[in-house]
Amino acid sequence: MKKETWKELPIGTVNIHAGNSVSNHTGTWRSGRRPDFIEKNCIQCFFCWLYCPHFAIRVEGGKVTGFNYDYCTGCGLCAEECPTKEKAIVMVKEETKLAEGRKK
Amino acid sequence: MKSTKILNGNQTIGEAVRQIDPDVIAAYPITPSTAIVETIASFCADGLITGEFVCPESEHSAMSVCIGAAAAGGRVMTATCSQGLALMWEMLYIAAGLRLPIVAAIANRALSAPINIHGDHSDTMGARDSGWIQIYSENCQEAYDNFIQAFRIGEHSDVLTPVFVGLDGFIISHSSEAVQVEDDAAVKKFIGEFKPPYPLLDTSRKFSVGPIDFTDYYFEHKRSQIEGIENSPRVIEEVGKEFGRTFGRTYGFFEEYRMDDAEIAIVVMSSAAGTGKDAVDELRAEGKRIGLLKPRVFRPFPHVRIAEALKKMKAVAVLDRSSSPGAFGAPLFTEIRSALYDYEKRPKLVNYVYGLGGRDIKAEHFKEVAAKLERIADSGKVEEMLGYLNLRE
Repeated sequence: MKKETWKELPIGTVNIHAGNSVSNHTGTWRSGRRPDFIEKNCIQCFFCWLYCPHFAIRVEGGKVTGFNYDYCTGCGLCAEECPTKEKAIVMVKEETKLAEGRKK
Repeated sequence: MKSTKILNGNQTIGEAVRQIDPDVIAAYPITPSTAIVETIASFCADGLITGEFVCPESEHSAMSVCIGAAAAGGRVMTATCSQGLALMWEMLYIAAGLRLPIVAAIANRALSAPINIHGDHSDTMGARDSGWIQIYSENCQEAYDNFIQAFRIGEHSDVLTPVFVGLDGFIISHSSEAVQVEDDAAVKKFIGEFKPPYPLLDTSRKFSVGPIDFTDYYFEHKRSQIEGIENSPRVIEEVGKEFGRTFGRTYGFFEEYRMDDAEIAIVVMSSAAGTGKDAVDELRAEGKRIGLLKPRVFRPFPHVRIAEALKKMKAVAVLDRSSSPGAFGAPLFTEIRSALYDYEKRPKLVNYVYGLGGRDIKAEHFKEVAAKLERIADSGKVEEMLGYLNLRE
């Protein structure tokens, strides 16, 4: 997108492009850890969805099914808030998941 | 109906607020501006002000409330000074950056330490780069007139910039004078309706106000902000003239007193200019060709106009009621010296800091300055460029 000159901008730091934060891939900030979803432990309480600051919990057909890593910053709030005894979300090292991916 | 009332500076601001009846007033009391807030509170209690009056827990919060209310689309004002203005600091830049035309009455007071409650210009001068328009008043009448004009200036669609209206702490804020208070309806008609470009209460359009700018947009937004205050001189002039046509008192960027055939001049702002004019009259009676220039608008600084008014003088003294430690002179002096730089023929310029912490300045001190200016005009030599008036050496 072509960036506006100062004369083209609306007055007063107003952003008229509603919803443009979708283009800001906050997942690029992630380093070190990412959440891993263990489906069998999930009770579909949606706490993770409620707490995630970046709307990175993936919901399909009314159910939590994992994460949108384009926006997940790896903050770990979802894993912290997951209320089940056996956690449905655990934080794992980024390189572990990358290594697993290569084995498959 | 217009009437003449005996009011002090704080009460005149209160009267103006009652007439303007802003949508939101948010203020925290601090000497010597407390009585502005008290007057407003009593008008609110009596039902004479219908706007929302918010008493937050600090000046920082007061300015934050003002910002929120102005972003919502309201006409908003506050009053403070000194430490209170200092506590508002980070929010001042946000009000200006968001282009919210909040009007703040400042009963100019010294900054601590040492703690002092009396009048000088340290508070607003310290905020001179915050992006606010700054208008200073010589007396209660000017404080009233400037405060009304401030809404018209700040809210103009080409300007959209917040405005300080300064009145010297105690010297104006607590001194009673006969003030011409204009007709309520005439004042309301003069200021008209505020039409904000992006009020948050307008739910018919989708937008957000003040989101984060990284390296890609911050610079452009800042440049856009500068344009607002750079557009303001035209508006300040128009509003000053219209005020004159409506109420009989015309305002410009500065007042020239007996400057026509003057060879030496003293530049001084606010209440001290009144004393200065008396001194000029006495010196004129002795045959001295002296004049006085009283800047009214400090931001935007009317650099060309002031330079044109001073360029033919032989010697000029700029009196500052604040200091800028470590700088090449106090704020008003550096502006004027810089404004004269491009003129081949220009006066010799000296700077005196006076009146810090409310220290008196009397006619005798203006005469002291005049005597020094005469010597400079005769010899063409400046022995001491930066000095202090009425200080125990």
